[in-house]
Amino acid sequence: MTLGASAVEETQVTAPALVSLREVGKIFPSGLVALADYDLDVREGEILTLLGPSGCGKSTVLRLIAGLASPTAGVINWSAPQVKNNIGVVFQDATLLPWASVFDNVFLPLRLKGVPREAASPRIEEALAHVGLLSFSRALPRELSGGMRMRCAIARTLVTRPTLMMMDEPFAALDEVTRFKLNDDLLALKRRFGATIVFVTHSVFEAAYLSTRIVVMSRRAGRIIDDIEIDPAIPRDDDYRSSRTFADVCRRASQALRVSIEEATP
Amino acid sequence: MIQKPSAIAWRDIGVPLAVLLAALALWEGLVHWKNIPPYILPAPSVIFAKLIEDRELLFSSLLVTLGVTFEALIVATVCGVALALLIAQSKWLERALLPFAITLQVTPIIAIAPLLLVYLQPGNAVLVCAFLVAFFPILSNTSLGLASVDFGLRDLFDLYRASPWQKLIYLRLPSALPQFLAGLRIGGGLALIGAIVAELAAGASGQGTGLAYRIVEAGFRLDIPRMFAALALISLSGLAIYGALAALSYVLLRGWHESARAQDE
Repeated sequence: MTLGASAVEETQVTAPALVSLREVGKIFPSGLVALADYDLDVREGEILTLLGPSGCGKSTVLRLIAGLASPTAGVINWSAPQVKNNIGVVFQDATLLPWASVFDNVFLPLRLKGVPREAASPRIEEALAHVGLLSFSRALPRELSGGMRMRCAIARTLVTRPTLMMMDEPFAALDEVTRFKLNDDLLALKRRFGATIVFVTHSVFEAAYLSTRIVVMSRRAGRIIDDIEIDPAIPRDDDYRSSRTFADVCRRASQALRVSIEEATP
Repeated sequence: MIQKPSAIAWRDIGVPLAVLLAALALWEGLVHWKNIPPYILPAPSVIFAKLIEDRELLFSSLLVTLGVTFEALIVATVCGVALALLIAQSKWLERALLPFAITLQVTPIIAIAPLLLVYLQPGNAVLVCAFLVAFFPILSNTSLGLASVDFGLRDLFDLYRASPWQKLIYLRLPSALPQFLAGLRIGGGLALIGAIVAELAAGASGQGTGLAYRIVEAGFRLDIPRMFAALALISLSGLAIYGALAALSYVLLRGWHESARAQDE
C-alpha cells in the first residue's frame, strides 16, 4: 500500500532491484537465529529504511548485503557485479582512524584501491566540501564533535562514488538538532549523487522523514511486518514533518513496531 | 580547568625536586649531627665530591653500562616486534613459540646469568641478559596491541577489500603503537636492570668495566662513597631512560591516544 500519492505504483514497476535477498537465513555460531527465510528487494534509487527493535536482525541484513558476513542459507542476487564492488557503509560509530587527519581518513578508501595521493586529492576535497568539513581537513578526529565525525565518515563513503550506500543507525548517538540537520544534508547529498540508500534506524520519525520505503522487521528472526511506501516526490522539509502524510506514516510504522515487539514477547 | 604551562611544570618537577632536596639536607644534617663515619653512611656532599673526584673512572663505566643497555634494547625491540608480528599471523605459531618466551620471562635472570657466563664471553653474557629481560614486555605488549584492533575499523578495511599487507601498514601497526610504546618503556628500564644484574654476576670473575662492577669493586675496598656515587649514576640513568621513552611516547601519541590526552588536560 502506498501513502501520500498515487504515482508510486509506477516507480514500483520501473525501478529494477539493485540487489535481492531470497530466503536468506543467518544463524550465528552461538546458535542464535538472526534471520530466517528473509526476502528483500533493494530498488534502484530508493531510500529504504529498515525499522525495528534492537536485535531484530536489521544490522545483520546490512552486513550481509555489504559482504561483511555471509548468509547460512539462501542467496543474494546482484543486478551487476560493479554494484557489489562499490558499496559505501556508514557504521553506528564514525569508525575513523584516530591517528589520521580528516583528509587522510577520507583518503583511506582510495588509498586502499591504490590511488596516489595527488590524484585523489581533488576528489577528497570535493567530498569534504559536500559535508562542510573542508576547513577541518587537517584536524584529528578527536578534535571534532560527534556530528562532524559522522560527516567525515559520510565524506569517506562519498569519495568512492558508491551506487549503494548503507547506513547503520548513523545518527543514533547525536542530539536531535544535529540529527535533523544531518538528515537534511543526507537528502541533499542523495539528490546530488543519486545513490541508492539503505538506512537502518529504530526511530520512527527519522524513518518517516528520510525514506521512500520503510520495511518494519520483527524481532523474531527478521520477519517483515509491514512494507510502507512514501511518495518520493514529496519534498522533505518542515512542512512535511507537520503534514498529514507524515503523521499517517508514523502511525502505521508505530503500529507495526508494536506488533513486532509483542511478537517477540512469548 | 586550564592551567598555565609554567604552573604544570612547577607541579610536576618542582614538588619532587623540593622533596628530594629536603631529604638530602636531612641526610646531610643527620650525618654531621650524629658524626656518622663515611664508611658507614657518607653524607651527600661527600658522595658528590667522590663523583667529581672519580669522574673519569665512573663516567667511562657509565658509558659501558649505557652502551650495553641500548644495544640490548634495540635488539629486544627488533626481535620483540618481529616475533609479535609472526605470532599475530597464526594461532599455531603463537602456540608453538609463546610458551618459550614466557618460560624465559618467568625464570629469574639472576639464575640464568651464571650459566650464560659459562657459555659466553662476559661482555656478550651481559648483553644477552639485558636482552632477555627487555624482550618479553615488548613482545607481549606489541602482541596485545596487534590483536586489539577496533572491530568497526576491521569491518571498514574488509569492506574496501584491503590486502593483509595494507591492513598491517594502515591499521594494525598504528593501532598497536600505544601498547608497543608501553612495552618499550618497561623494556627500557628492565634492560638497565638486566645489564646491572648480569654484570654483578660476572663481577666475581673480575672482568667487568661497567657501573655494577665498580660497585662490587668499591665494596671489596670498603669505599662506600664510591658505591653510593655509582648507585646514584645508575638511578639517574634509569630515570633518564624512562623520561626519554615517556617523551617519545607522548610525541608519537599526542593528539589521538587517550594516554597522551590525559597529560594534556
